[in-house]
Amino acid sequence: MSVNTESSLKTTNRKIHNLLGLGLALIGILILLIVPTLIPPYYSYLLATIFTTALLATSLNLVLGYGGLLHLHHGVFYGIGAYTVAIILTKTSWPFALAVILGPILSAALAFVIGWFCVRLRGLYFGMLTLALGQLVWAIVYRWNALTNGDNGIHAIPVPDFLTSISSVYYTTLLVLLVSLLILSKITKSPFGLTLLAARDNPVRSESLGINVKQHRLIAFVIAGFFAGVAGVLFVLLERSVAPSLLFWNKSAEILIMCLMGGLTVFLGPTLGAAILVLLSMIVGLYTEYWLLVLGLLLLILVLFLPQGILGYICEKIKGRRQRGGSLDASN
Amino acid sequence: MLQIEQLKKSFEGYQAIANANLSVPQGEVVAVIGPNGAGKSTLFNLITGHLTADSGSIRFQKTDITQCTPHQICHHGIGRSFQLINIFTSLTVFENIQTAVLAKHRLERKLFKPAKKLLREETLEVLNSFGLVRYKDHLCSSLSYGDQKVLEIAIALGSKPKLLLLDEPTAGMSPDETSRIVQLIKRLSQDEGLTILLTEHDTDLVFDVAQKIMVLHQGETIAQGLPEDIRSDKSVQKAYLGETEVC
Repeated sequence: MSVNTESSLKTTNRKIHNLLGLGLALIGILILLIVPTLIPPYYSYLLATIFTTALLATSLNLVLGYGGLLHLHHGVFYGIGAYTVAIILTKTSWPFALAVILGPILSAALAFVIGWFCVRLRGLYFGMLTLALGQLVWAIVYRWNALTNGDNGIHAIPVPDFLTSISSVYYTTLLVLLVSLLILSKITKSPFGLTLLAARDNPVRSESLGINVKQHRLIAFVIAGFFAGVAGVLFVLLERSVAPSLLFWNKSAEILIMCLMGGLTVFLGPTLGAAILVLLSMIVGLYTEYWLLVLGLLLLILVLFLPQGILGYICEKIKGRRQRGGSLDASN
Repeated sequence: MLQIEQLKKSFEGYQAIANANLSVPQGEVVAVIGPNGAGKSTLFNLITGHLTADSGSIRFQKTDITQCTPHQICHHGIGRSFQLINIFTSLTVFENIQTAVLAKHRLERKLFKPAKKLLREETLEVLNSFGLVRYKDHLCSSLSYGDQKVLEIAIALGSKPKLLLLDEPTAGMSPDETSRIVQLIKRLSQDEGLTILLTEHDTDLVFDVAQKIMVLHQGETIAQGLPEDIRSDKSVQKAYLGETEVC
């Protein structure tokens, strides 16, 4: 087979795959648009929870999977986004739109401050500092009774009338998730995303090519913080209450496990991980209080048998099959 | 082009670079030689900012770069390859070069344009000139050792440096692969006029490609000059090659 024919075949195959992917995505979106009309409101609520959590996990994966940084306390940005909206809507007369905008912005600002210190460190030291600073923020939220209502949290947060029904919240979270995933996907495929991967693989080499690795990682950290803040805003729309547990370290551990479960190397891995974990926690919650025990067992199974995550494993298998197909074609 | 004066660097009392002096003229191939532990790699790391000197100065095109960081030094026009293969293992061969090309054009922070459409021609040009274009979609970890070493140099060239530092470019290579690298160095120097500073254990290669040689012994420059002067220098023979004459 000539090189030109092979290359045009590859291009055609790629186009078919892209079209297939686009078609499947459109069908999926269409189903998600119709679903709330067919299921009880509780399941719409459950799906909206999955959408919110999926956005949170995908934002973490920008730093964890693409950046290779052991970020152990992403939940803090989620919590700050949620608390910002909650405080503005309950303690000020500022408009709803401003609260929704300020949530992610404050999360990104906090991510800048925490990230500025953390990107100077590597590996476990980076992780430990994110954990320490995150817990510091949690302690402030937990203790600052006058502003945050302490361990009671803030409840009955007023939202505009058009967001009071579960179906409107469902469609809002779905829309925000899809737009955010589109933006995050574009970022991972951009020069910024490519450079982030390069810095993950080899920071020393990246520096010697003119890349300011620390600054690059800080930008990724801030972007991830921003989208965690967006997820925090969605949480408030869905629950209309916030509590300090949103910023506690075990929430961050759950998000980390979602990423590991779905697969760090696949863009939609954390979305799958979030869906599985949210559903499992609901099902397990029906039978036992010991959800964390089940989570621990899951983590054990994951680390031992599926280190690349579920979607990572599936993608590896598909890629392997394609390569085998390719080499068979070549031998023929 | 590059001037190093009285450079010193120590690690917890061990003087790795005691008094290094070097001048690299534009357009020439200059080699730094010395026995194991002489401080060649340390010197390279000082030039490229991966280490910071205790004292002395490094000037590149009249700019003092002694305290600059590696990414600033790259933007001044110094590129380097490493002794051990230092590539981006999870990226394809194309993406390895493209990362360097994007950084050269300071496009590495573009957030929303698809990377695969940016600076394609320039990336392919680099791949073509190194004979790597047929591997462009391969993961670089799947290449042979020799090809990975060529890719290692190609990545450095992707940032279009004015001065290229090659740290033992033929380390661990077969004679065939070594001769491929020699041809490559000659082409870069003669056809493209690139200034090259290299360290190498293979003295035959050094005397074949270098127009100037600096000898480093225990972190100190003991001689620098034309290859024939170095060959006959008694102090070099004593310190670096024992009593045997340089062949």
